[in-house]
Amino acid sequence: MSRPRTEAEYLARLVPPSVSGIGRRSLLAGAGAGALLGTGLLAGCGSDSESGSGSKTVSIGSNQSDPKPKDVIAKVMAGFQTASGIEPKVNTVDHNTFQENINNYLQGKPDDVFMWFAGYRMRFFAAKGLAGDLSDVWGKLSGYSDAFKKASTGDDGKQYFVPASYYPWAVFYRKSVWQQRGYQVPKTLDELNTLGAQMKKDGLTPIAFADKDGWPAMGTFDILNLRINGYQFHVDLMAGKEAWTSDKVKKVFDTWSGLLPLHQADSLGRTWQEAAQSLQQKKSGMYLLGLFVAQQFSNEEQDDLDFFTFPEVDSTIGAKALDAPIDGYMMARKPKSEANAKKLLEYVGSKAAADITVKNDPSTLVANGGADTGGYTALQKKAADLVGSATEIAQFLDRDTRPDFASTVIIPALQQFIKNPRDIDGLLNSIENQKKSIFTS
Amino acid sequence: MSDLPLIQADHAVPSPAATTTSTGGRGRRLRLLSRTDRVVITLMVLVPLLLVVALVWLPALATVALSGTDWDGIGPLSEIEWVGGRNYSDVVNIYPPFVPAVQNNLLWLAALFVVATPFGMFLAVLLDKEIRGSRFYQTALYLPVVLSLALIGFVWQLIYSRDQGLLNAVLGTQTDWYGDSSVNIWAVMFAAGWRHVGYIMLLYLAGLKGVDPSLREAAAVDGASESRTFFRVVFPVMRPINIIVLVVTVIESLRAFDLVWVINKGRNGLELISALVTSNVVGEASRIGFGSALATIMLVVSLVFITIYLTTVMREDRR
Repeated sequence: MSRPRTEAEYLARLVPPSVSGIGRRSLLAGAGAGALLGTGLLAGCGSDSESGSGSKTVSIGSNQSDPKPKDVIAKVMAGFQTASGIEPKVNTVDHNTFQENINNYLQGKPDDVFMWFAGYRMRFFAAKGLAGDLSDVWGKLSGYSDAFKKASTGDDGKQYFVPASYYPWAVFYRKSVWQQRGYQVPKTLDELNTLGAQMKKDGLTPIAFADKDGWPAMGTFDILNLRINGYQFHVDLMAGKEAWTSDKVKKVFDTWSGLLPLHQADSLGRTWQEAAQSLQQKKSGMYLLGLFVAQQFSNEEQDDLDFFTFPEVDSTIGAKALDAPIDGYMMARKPKSEANAKKLLEYVGSKAAADITVKNDPSTLVANGGADTGGYTALQKKAADLVGSATEIAQFLDRDTRPDFASTVIIPALQQFIKNPRDIDGLLNSIENQKKSIFTS
Repeated sequence: MSDLPLIQADHAVPSPAATTTSTGGRGRRLRLLSRTDRVVITLMVLVPLLLVVALVWLPALATVALSGTDWDGIGPLSEIEWVGGRNYSDVVNIYPPFVPAVQNNLLWLAALFVVATPFGMFLAVLLDKEIRGSRFYQTALYLPVVLSLALIGFVWQLIYSRDQGLLNAVLGTQTDWYGDSSVNIWAVMFAAGWRHVGYIMLLYLAGLKGVDPSLREAAAVDGASESRTFFRVVFPVMRPINIIVLVVTVIESLRAFDLVWVINKGRNGLELISALVTSNVVGEASRIGFGSALATIMLVVSLVFITIYLTTVMREDRR
């Protein structure tokens, strides 16, 4: 080892290789991440592949982390590779983690194509310039109804979203239980109340209910609001244009508090899976939830599961609107290869991709109307008919409004209501005050 | 300090006549440290300093600064809008979970301080008596500390679940341990205490093993009872450990978070300031300005405890 000639050279020698590995950059990057109080921590979720231009790959950020849907995605992607010769690279991230880090993910190095939901959150990212314009892809797509196209359109009138699948929210029940007791599907709120009273007499919990995680109660609020005030009011209320202290919202909570005695007690400590199991074990008569409730039933029991749409409350409004959240794909603002990304989006929106999904996943409905739905189970067919006959389709409360409002205001407020259904005025005042603060920022 | 070799060198070597340099005495004095010494000292000061500034002070100051904005985490920093104290007035006036969160944090501190910590110390004293199977008890009590709080949340979920839980099955009750907001904070604090007891027990046991046995013998010869020996002799001797236990208790209650987060994200009776910060900042919500205001409030509360601790320790040193 020769003598160092300059001081800098000498200093450089003193640093062992294990330390010099931490460069100035990574240190600063770490500091930056810390400076945002951890908000930057998961920005690295994006793909690290350094594929250059003209490459034959495209990366997909997937939130389908459950084994079954993950498997279906893999099959769809395999279909894409065969059809196009482009290699899809799927980065699967846990569903909730993906959702919670979406802001950082999209601002960092997102995958070329990522999975997301229709609704406010799609329009929000489109308006922020974090998603790519897909209007030309939509020019090549076929088989979609206008409702789906509308759900894929941003505030500026361009399309930013390719719908893949959806599921309706409805009231589920077991046919065998209802046949045995001679229950009839209720058409009005009064009939629902009568049925509930009868179920209580028969020793059943009329309506299974769980809200430990905060979001299931949003489904109840949504459907009551849609039945009492209609779709347009739902949209305006979610957009912050209507006051939560209005008589219309009060009526929703009043109606709900009238129904609460029919609901399973102590819902705030129960997960939706536990509530679904009470339906499965024939302890509860019915359960308002998404089609995914079927996951809690064994294959033999699937045929015993049936549903009806939530009954009419106001005859002038009817019972034709419902929550049916749509899942699908979006493109990053600057994909590494826009051509490949658009080819993929075209494929996932095609009949071929929808057919693969139908064949492999009985717990969801495909958005493409041209798909061969011969493989649907009876439950799927009925669900597709229900959504097809709906006049308006809402996306679910937390997808139709600002996420900060939904998670930090509505969830605690609905839980507070379930705990104490008497103080509706105080609760609505509190929501309205917070809404004003959030929606003006 | 004066027995350190490098200072000795400074004293021992007489100031050489101005032969080598014109920079004056100070430069020559430094030259007496070898180059390696100088580099090592510089590195040893600079590296921790940089780390502390970058990882502690900058984030803390950034949090305070962000708490005066309404940033939603999207877009360049230049677009951040300054809203002054609005986030703070919102926290206090229109954010319903805030007051329960403060109450719960205080309750948590009180429960750990009054129940869990003394109980852990008591167990340590018992185990110090070398009773039969003390190794087994030690392991059993310490086991919860090894488990992550997230895992503990899951374990207790199995016990507390209303419909399928062990506790309701054994007692034949229908108590909604996690869902009933008048019960769940106690249920959770029991789980947290279960873990805290093991931690304190081990810390204290380590301290007890270090107490000079001749002290106890002397006390016994003087006819002091068992409890008198502990309170009058052993406890005062253990002062450093006692301070550590106290600090650990305060820290544990301030950073209580994982357990309630695993259970229901700190809602419905389980509000804690740390959980509120997280649900506002980290999740999809991205109310970074508002969450930072909550974090700043938590920082101020922590500073109160840190200041009390530091003044106590420094007063000790000065004596």
